[in-house]
Amino acid sequence: MTGVRFSLNGEAAEVDVEPRELLLDTLRDRLAMTGTHAACEQGACGACTVLIDGNGVRSCLMFTVQVGGSEVRTIEGVGSPGSLHPIQQALSEHHGLQCGFCTPGIVLTALELFETDPHPSRQQIVEWMSGNLCRCTGYINIISALEALAGTAEARS
Amino acid sequence: MKPPRFDYVAAGTVAEAVAALADAEDARVLAGGQSLVPLMNLRLARPSLLVDVNGVAALSGFEVRNGTLRFGAMCRHRFLETDPDVRERAPIVAETAGLIGHVHIRNRGTLGGSIAHADPVAELPALLVALGGQVVASSTAGERTIPAAELFEGPFTTSLEPSELLSAVEIPAHRQGDGGAFSEFVLRHGDFATAGVAVILHRDGSGTCDALRVAGCGLGPTPVDLSAAGEFLLGESALGSGAAEELGSRVAAAAEPTGDVHGSAKYRRELAAVLAADAVRRAWARAGSSDWSGRG
Ligand SMILES: Cc1cc2nc3c(=O)[nH]c(=O)nc-3n(C[C@H](O)[C@H](O)[C@H](O)COP(=O)(O)OP(=O)(O)OC[C@H]3O[C@@H](n4cnc5c(N)ncnc54)[C@H](O)[C@@H]3O)c2cc1C
Ligand code: FES
Ligand code: FES
Repeated sequence: MTGVRFSLNGEAAEVDVEPRELLLDTLRDRLAMTGTHAACEQGACGACTVLIDGNGVRSCLMFTVQVGGSEVRTIEGVGSPGSLHPIQQALSEHHGLQCGFCTPGIVLTALELFETDPHPSRQQIVEWMSGNLCRCTGYINIISALEALAGTAEARS
Repeated sequence: MKPPRFDYVAAGTVAEAVAALADAEDARVLAGGQSLVPLMNLRLARPSLLVDVNGVAALSGFEVRNGTLRFGAMCRHRFLETDPDVRERAPIVAETAGLIGHVHIRNRGTLGGSIAHADPVAELPALLVALGGQVVASSTAGERTIPAAELFEGPFTTSLEPSELLSAVEIPAHRQGDGGAFSEFVLRHGDFATAGVAVILHRDGSGTCDALRVAGCGLGPTPVDLSAAGEFLLGESALGSGAAEELGSRVAAAAEPTGDVHGSAKYRRELAAVLAADAVRRAWARAGSSDWSGRG
């Protein structure tokens, strides 16, 4: 077992893990961050997306032993039920989610997009979001929600 | 859907990494993990030891050395795609890296990992062949260089020894008059390509083509060198009417695609013709413009 310390949504986290433990499983099973969703576990769907030092990654393709010293951000670190992040608010208003399974990954991926470029075009939004699969919405409302936010200051945080 | 047990070493230097690789029976390098970890999750790969080289600073960045661009193996796709220096000095590398997967795959995946993995549909191995580049392999015995032509032996198979770390990738530096383009067909944005064609050419001061190389992905068991198909364009000063299509049919005839669930062999051949014609048109125009930024 290896001790790993990192920052999780701004707070110190410490776990003891085998090298083979995926970051996805550490977050869900040891740290109760169950907003990080597990689906394909082979990098295809984006449901497990988290931000590491601001960069979006598939947490099913990283081992927990690799994140020592990093800042990990999960959906639990974005907005709160009483005060949604503008991206969450926009998805809600534009009906950009149905079952919600893909939504944590969608929100974190969009967050990184707006950090990188506050004024993305619709085409850039489509390309950037292409790694996050959604089986419900048909994507149009997700794209519309993000397009409505593009260029507004609130999208970033 | 969880990897079997393995030992783990986080190497801090190339020396530590190659020492760990030399010691173990069935060790694998862990680079971006975007190909290896899915295989481990599916238990299709069961290494006994992972040598993580993400912390080896000497494996990132790039430098110019006597007319050669030397990229560290851990250059991430996203770095290659967005770094202003790479975009200026190696615009074709930046363009090609941007074609890979989705942004989060590119945030982690690496140049060395893509080449060592040697997926026959991957873009960067085909680009390396088209550029006539080479890789540097490091081990406890020292360094050797392997030209692209001697690297790819079969699907997912290279001439790298298990004890070797691919430490750098070298390509000729961009010269005035160089033009290149990578054209590919993907079913959905970010998917692996069904087929792709890279054309790299050079036009001298008078606009005459004096070098032209072609390579493809998804058109054979390895990235394939299709340069012979383009020899008829050497010495030409214009891409005459029908010339791009002529290259397309020659490339299609020379390619050796196999059929799979993504497309039959016949379909891939037809794609090869269209893609080669598109790539040569773009490469030709870029070679003739003074400020090809990799975007045009
Ligand atoms: C959803 C998805 C979509 C993708 N789409 C594409 C695509 O369109 N085109 C494409 O080309 N790729 C695609 N990829 C794969 C991606 O490009 C990978 O980054 C790349 O194939 C492997 O690079 P890596 O750094 O992640 O290597 P890893 O996964 O870490 O390693 C891959 C293999 O190479 C070996 N290796 C890695 N680095 C070295 C080294 N320095 N020396 C010796 N051996 C080494 C490893 O031991 C392993 O066997 C996709 C992946 C995913 C998950
Ligand atoms: S669960 Fe990680 S990408 Fe699907
Ligand atoms: S809302 Fe159900 S998968 Fe996207």
